[in-house]
Amino acid sequence: MPDNQPHQSQPQLPADERRLGERVRGVIRTRGFLMATLVAILVAMYLAGLATGASAQRLLALTAWGLMLGGIIALGSIGLTLIYGVMKFPNFSHGALVTLGAYVAYTLIPLLPTGEVLRPLSFGYEFLIALVLAMPVVGVVAMAIDRVVYRRLRNTGAHLVLFAMASLAMAFFVQSMIYLIWGPDFHFYYPGRPNPALYLPFGIRVRADQLFILLLALVLVAMMYVLLEWTRMGKAMRATADNPHLAQIRGINTERVIAWTWVLGGGLAAAGGIMYGLSSQLRPEMGFWLLLPMFAATIMGGIGNPYGALSAALMIGIAHQVSTSFLDPTYGPAVAFVLMVVTLLIRPQGLLGRTER
Amino acid sequence: MSQVIFLKGLMLGVALAFILPILLPPGRRWRVPGGIVLGLGLGLGIAALVPSGYLSYFIGFMTMASIYAILSLGLNTQWGYTGHLNFGVAGFFAVGAFTSALFTIEAPTGLAAQYTQVLFGLKMPFVVGVMAAAVVSGAVAFLVAVPVLRLRLDFLAIATIGVAEIIRLIFQNERWLANGPQPLRGIPQPGRCLFETRHCEWVPDSLAWIIEPLSTRDYTAFYLMIVAGCLALVYVVLERACRSPWGRMLRAVRDEETSAAMSGKNVPFARVQAFVVGAVIMGIAGALYAHYTVAIDYSHFHALFATFLVWIMLMLGGSGNHRGAIVGAILVWGVWAGTAFLANALEPLLAAIHQDLPGRAQYIRWLLVSLLLAAVVLFRPKGLLPEEMRVSRYVPDPKRR
Repeated sequence: MPDNQPHQSQPQLPADERRLGERVRGVIRTRGFLMATLVAILVAMYLAGLATGASAQRLLALTAWGLMLGGIIALGSIGLTLIYGVMKFPNFSHGALVTLGAYVAYTLIPLLPTGEVLRPLSFGYEFLIALVLAMPVVGVVAMAIDRVVYRRLRNTGAHLVLFAMASLAMAFFVQSMIYLIWGPDFHFYYPGRPNPALYLPFGIRVRADQLFILLLALVLVAMMYVLLEWTRMGKAMRATADNPHLAQIRGINTERVIAWTWVLGGGLAAAGGIMYGLSSQLRPEMGFWLLLPMFAATIMGGIGNPYGALSAALMIGIAHQVSTSFLDPTYGPAVAFVLMVVTLLIRPQGLLGRTER
Repeated sequence: MSQVIFLKGLMLGVALAFILPILLPPGRRWRVPGGIVLGLGLGLGIAALVPSGYLSYFIGFMTMASIYAILSLGLNTQWGYTGHLNFGVAGFFAVGAFTSALFTIEAPTGLAAQYTQVLFGLKMPFVVGVMAAAVVSGAVAFLVAVPVLRLRLDFLAIATIGVAEIIRLIFQNERWLANGPQPLRGIPQPGRCLFETRHCEWVPDSLAWIIEPLSTRDYTAFYLMIVAGCLALVYVVLERACRSPWGRMLRAVRDEETSAAMSGKNVPFARVQAFVVGAVIMGIAGALYAHYTVAIDYSHFHALFATFLVWIMLMLGGSGNHRGAIVGAILVWGVWAGTAFLANALEPLLAAIHQDLPGRAQYIRWLLVSLLLAAVVLFRPKGLLPEEMRVSRYVPDPKRR
């Protein structure tokens, strides 16, 4: 029920007559309190970094790198949150789609004519073309999996758990296909190609590729915004996420909406995977490693809310990088996890989720 | 029949006598005695007829299948009876394995201490190690349960994946805890001294001739006996517990939370109980695994081996049915082990497709197992042996009406 509907029959009690515990709980559940807590955790991380001897300049650089990582996580989690919102189940195979995107681009790049290297970036036009081609490929794969597996479950009205289990099975299916086709070794898009860091103001050193990653993430998010807010399909998607039955009654072909959601989600996941592969290297496990941060961003931002996922992903990226100043870097997923649990404890519907009654 | 073969057959027979009564159809009077006689006979028969190479393969297979069956029983308490979507089985498995290892291992001194770092090595007996594994795993589960079990079903799945991953990261990074990324070696095996040339001190000389011809090679049969005994014990305890009012309460909490609460059941506490009991059983399985493999490291507790396979086992066997959990464990472990042979058989074909493929044949088993789970979810979500909804044998069976 919407919040703004006036309750005429039951006059609301004045706030003061509620018990103290309820009032405290009411305050804790607010968006502002969650935001304040998360910011406090971030600040505590910076202080911990300073206390262990990291210079302010290094923390600033870590923040910049965290924004790039956040961009990668955001690309994955926007697709994840859309699928979660429309289909109402956590898609555990999203990490595998991320990996698949990176490897599809890896296969496409040598097939394309090699262009001149776009200095100061480390790649040429062929990389951009591979990116644009790999996105629909992974999107179609995601849609095909939906047609074969999830649609059958939808038609039988299966419980959420079976969807989750099927997506876990598909995660391992896609991952084993990746192992079979590309093998377990590490790969690079451009092995041995130098990519010197740029010197930015305040002594921040970042590679041009990293700036490109952040820029691409922002462009894709802007395109998502246009799609969701200004097109019929975007409206249909939001309506289906809100209430699938009502959407059907209003003449929305929900199966088509679902298919497009998979294409979009898969495509964005592929973009995230390619960016991740560009910033480090390609491994068959890379998507599984990103799965936890992606889910954390999805839940922190509020399920079904792409803007929430974006802001949460950037926050997770920063927290992840800043934590390396005082923690072993491999604990990155744990940092995301802690932020997620804090969110779930304070406000399970997330930062931008609707206030439930 | 030589003495060695007879002894091995006897040990295998005892192990099978633990397992077979569980697998036979319930509700028959001859189930337990029949299973024991059949198991002993089968064990002696197999030992007498099968060449020793295949025999040790079979023993190894049954040991791992039994360990997985215990994991699957633990998950059944959480998922099958209470509906907790725990995707972090690997975490509790790892906690159990490392705890038992640390309790039973001897803390290295001198030069060895530079290569193997442990938090403590208490050199306690095996039983203490298993019990410690159960307690610590249960304690970890309790700490996880308090914030996480209040969440929605799907959030619980995500959170438990995270917990398992963090537990794995801790064992991977913290060298001081359990030798970090390096394997923790030299985990003692219970009763191994019986098989060494210089026997245990407590074996009286008058009986030493019985075990004289056994060598350390034959130890696996003895360990299978222990694992099968633990499996039977866990099964009986769980079966009793789940047929008691406690089990009915768990099912009520799973299916009708509101009416369970209205009947005066403490729903949140019941959910925590089931989660902790399941984790305790997973911890026991972890301890048994650690003493079986002797050397463990974090990579053994990958989500594929320790979470995903267990879920397939339970889903295939039938969630909410202890016998189903065990049948599923044996079947899926059979598929998993069998696909290794399949991969070998397919090698020429794979080589014909691409030269790199034979080296990657091991991933075909991932593929098959993931398709198996998808097939179970799509076509038989209740599993081979579905849950019995009848709460008492005196209630008329709805199926027979």
